Amino acid sequence: MSLSEIFTNPFICKIVMRALIVGVLVSLSAALLGVGLVLKRFSMIGDGLSHVGFLAVAIPTVFASLVNFSLEISLIIVVLASFLIMRISQSTKINGDSAIALISTSAVAIGVIIFDFTTGMTTDICNNMFGSSSVLTLTDKDLYISIALSLICIGTFVFLYNKIFCYTFDESFAASQGIKIKRCQAAVSLMISVTIVIGMRLLGAIMISALTIFPALTAMMLCKTYKSAVVSSAIISVICFVIGFFAACMLSLQTGPAVIIVNLLAFAASVIIKKLKRA
Amino acid sequence: MELISCQNVALKYQSYTVCDNLNFVVNDGDYLCIVGENGSGKSTLVNALLSLKECSEGKITFADGFDVSQIGYLPQTTQIEKDFPASVFEVVLSGCLAHTKGSFYKAEQKKQAQNAIDLLNINDIKKKSFSSLSGGQKQRVLLARALCAAKKVLLLDEPISGLDPKASANMYDIINTLNREHKMTVIVVSHDLDAAFKYATHILHINHSSSFFGTTEEYKASSISKNYIGGH
Repeated sequence: MSLSEIFTNPFICKIVMRALIVGVLVSLSAALLGVGLVLKRFSMIGDGLSHVGFLAVAIPTVFASLVNFSLEISLIIVVLASFLIMRISQSTKINGDSAIALISTSAVAIGVIIFDFTTGMTTDICNNMFGSSSVLTLTDKDLYISIALSLICIGTFVFLYNKIFCYTFDESFAASQGIKIKRCQAAVSLMISVTIVIGMRLLGAIMISALTIFPALTAMMLCKTYKSAVVSSAIISVICFVIGFFAACMLSLQTGPAVIIVNLLAFAASVIIKKLKRA
Repeated sequence: MELISCQNVALKYQSYTVCDNLNFVVNDGDYLCIVGENGSGKSTLVNALLSLKECSEGKITFADGFDVSQIGYLPQTTQIEKDFPASVFEVVLSGCLAHTKGSFYKAEQKKQAQNAIDLLNINDIKKKSFSSLSGGQKQRVLLARALCAAKKVLLLDEPISGLDPKASANMYDIINTLNREHKMTVIVVSHDLDAAFKYATHILHINHSSSFFGTTEEYKASSISKNYIGGH
């Protein structure tokens, strides 16, 4: 598909634009949250949660009547899992990355067993893991839910920005200032869960966490202040998504891998720029 | 004026009592130094003063019109990530959070942060990345942040640990100036008795069975200080 084809054919243009809007919003929200997650050494939470999303996909195969509510089911299950991960990692015995590993591998195992009893492994499941052209066939309801939720995430992040900075930088000081750290963390887990569930359908469960990590790392290579890191992360993320998205359309590639490769190139460029600056 | 008073306070760390029967008061303008061996409960007391931990017995009361948000806290050296992108100004400004209505800093808070920066003489590094600073500079920045939060009291948990002698002396000078000239009440947790003798007006020695509270002169004359120094 060429670019002119996308824009001149009204039918194609409409579905491409819908996917593009959701993608841009998800990239934005993932990138804003990403800086804090990378700094708190919680990079893999996105990955863990998307594996839980895989479990959520298995459930409608058991209860066929739920098939039209797969987005809602995923949201509920992933949000619960994110709270569980935060809860476990706050306990003294198990740390964050172990908590993520526990929950995500268990979720995948249960998901696979459910599939064994029901439909077996199908291409549909494959699409869920690696992303698919179903990006382009979002239903109206899913489209509106996705847009609304990502806007809420972005708004909440902006609203909580100063608190998030304060507690990410220094939890003890933030606590002394009366910041309710657990509440802040819960809000962040909620936002990241929502972002992952929406983004999963575009990029695939295995790859969605790249959207939270890559832009943040790229921005942190180049920025000295928190504000500039967050803003650059958001800009880099959106630009990389748009480039990857259209490249995928034109070269008939999957969206997810294309976006990630663009992000990888941006990251490589930032490493080189940093080296050159030092030299 | 009595700002903080502790009556018969007992503190637990996890499930066992680290110190009990703590009695002391902090008056406006005091310079209180809290000393004690490792594990004696100094940090637990700090958390209790910040209302982050409940006393298992007794109570800590604040003067009318004074509350925890008016205490500026300098935590014990926290490991701040090496790659954390944050400018000195951003860090200092985050000290104003508790006094900010709404979600965003206004001109008033930015001015307050700038005042703290001027006071601690760190204007030249204002735009630098926090992670690129030396240990002494970092402590000064964190003290400036505490100053933004502090209306009356600075609570400093081992402010000189990890600093070289010159940076330590510098830090003590600043703290002393804040206490004497800017009328800031100071509570310092420290192992450094020499500095405590030199600057503090009062000393609280925490020892699980028998704690001591009194003026620096009283403490010097007491048997507990002699044992403590002898034990070094």
